[in-house]
Amino acid sequence: MSKPVRVAVCLLVTVVFALPLVAMVVIAFTPREAILDDGASLWTDDWTLENFRGLFDQFPVARWFGNALVVASLTTLLSVVVNLLAGYALATLRFRGRGLVLGLVLATLLVPTQVIMIPQFELVARLGLVGFFWAVVLPSAATALGVFLARQFFVGFPTELLDAARVDGCSTLTTFVRVVLPNARPLVAVMTLLAFMTQWNDFLWPLITLRDPDLYTLPVAMRLLQNAYDNDYGGIMAMALLSSLPLLVMFVVLQRWFVAGITRSGIK
Amino acid sequence: MTAVDERPAAPPPEPPEPRRTPPARRVRGDGRAAWALLAPNLLLIVLFLLGPLVWAFLMAFQDKRSFGPGRWSGLDNLQRLLGDDVFWRAVLNTAIFTVATVPVGVLLGLGLALLMDKALPGRGLFRTVVYLPIVVSTLVVSLIGLLLFDESVGIINGLLRDLGLGEVAWQSDGALAMASVVVMTLWSRTGFSMVVYIAALQDVDPQTVEAARVDGAGRWAVVRHVVVPQLRPTTFFLVVINLIWSFQVFDVVYVMTNGGPGYSTTMVVTYAYDEGFGPARNFGYGATVGIVLFVLTAAVTLLQLRRNARQED
Repeated sequence: MSKPVRVAVCLLVTVVFALPLVAMVVIAFTPREAILDDGASLWTDDWTLENFRGLFDQFPVARWFGNALVVASLTTLLSVVVNLLAGYALATLRFRGRGLVLGLVLATLLVPTQVIMIPQFELVARLGLVGFFWAVVLPSAATALGVFLARQFFVGFPTELLDAARVDGCSTLTTFVRVVLPNARPLVAVMTLLAFMTQWNDFLWPLITLRDPDLYTLPVAMRLLQNAYDNDYGGIMAMALLSSLPLLVMFVVLQRWFVAGITRSGIK
Repeated sequence: MTAVDERPAAPPPEPPEPRRTPPARRVRGDGRAAWALLAPNLLLIVLFLLGPLVWAFLMAFQDKRSFGPGRWSGLDNLQRLLGDDVFWRAVLNTAIFTVATVPVGVLLGLGLALLMDKALPGRGLFRTVVYLPIVVSTLVVSLIGLLLFDESVGIINGLLRDLGLGEVAWQSDGALAMASVVVMTLWSRTGFSMVVYIAALQDVDPQTVEAARVDGAGRWAVVRHVVVPQLRPTTFFLVVINLIWSFQVFDVVYVMTNGGPGYSTTMVVTYAYDEGFGPARNFGYGATVGIVLFVLTAAVTLLQLRRNARQED
């Protein structure tokens, strides 16, 4: 393909891929009546904030936003720590049962979460966690993808550095904190982004376990709103935009780290 | 939106071959440290994932319709499953969905990665736009899907009307409803395949490409016989992960079509969920459907792993 043709194809693809996001943004700012009268379209002549105003008037949007932030941050923190440690152990230490543990962790990828929700709920209820953020945080912290990313990264980690630290008399923990962590920034960045994103976007499990509208996160509320607002696409898209915006901005800013993390983690 | 070049600032130093057999002195000391590092993760996985999985497996052999203990019912659930037309419909639908999403999604990712790998004006922007759906939640993807494919006020039918092409029955026709779910899934997944392929393309040995060029291979031949074979591990990873995702499809269907019209987009997981959490509230049967899916997914994944291992020999 010659260069102009390639640019043209890229342009076309980009337009097609941008379309759904453009639709979300435009509809979020389109008056409700306009959609009901003429149907939704990719352009509107009178932009309005009434959809957002309606949301903030009727619902504790700021509170839901804050809840989502707290839940996602707690999960991310816990998730990065436990997955990082496990991945490091699986990659650099030799011990009996290593293959088995790795297999066990990866096998959890095969479990559809909706299928184990009933036993999970019974467990969480028995632990007395229903109605607390921990009911959401604890079950989603340890992830196969996180462990796998970390393991792949550390398998390629220069052994000389670890050996040098050992010769200097560092314990495994000191080595990890002083030598390994400072060299694992792209990995930590990509793990943070993935964990935060997964938790921020989850709606079904928090809906089941949080129970109290005061505790809902933004996506949970969005799902309820979809049922209540039926067909009021202006309100729904305003909510969708509010809940997606933090991640979209975060991604555009951190994109360089994200791609570098994927490149260096050996996920490819 | 800034167009950034995603290459890492400095290429990482070539990692040395990981040592296969460390000195015996280390083997003894590693055990305790390893288990200590693994403990927090394993505790969470065993308690919150594997435990409930085993529990769900036991529930498949029970008549259980409420929280608390159920009544053992042997193979009753399994027997009902084998004669359940809706279940088989869900299996067929999931198979169709998988065939429609996995090969197309992975190939699209490869195509776009190749297209946007070399210097182009605006490349950063192009890539960013294709990546963006990665961070959009499946719930939002589905809600946008509703907005696009709504039969009366939806954007796509509006465009078709403006072009004088008439409306399309995206929601009342089974095949079209399936198509709408597939389109939204491809939109949300392609960026991930693309980003992984772009990372892998940086490792393709430029000398092999150069050698093939010198030997007179055309551009297409180079891609097909030199580049794509070197991407094989990446392709394998993407096919496996996409297969698992497609087998487990839930959110998009649950929100966009809820399995309808009729049962034309009912998937195995949405069926399991409906049986367990829906009006039926049949926890035991819902678990049976889910466990069968788990076994199927495991079998197909193992098959892929073995095929891959054989090809690598």
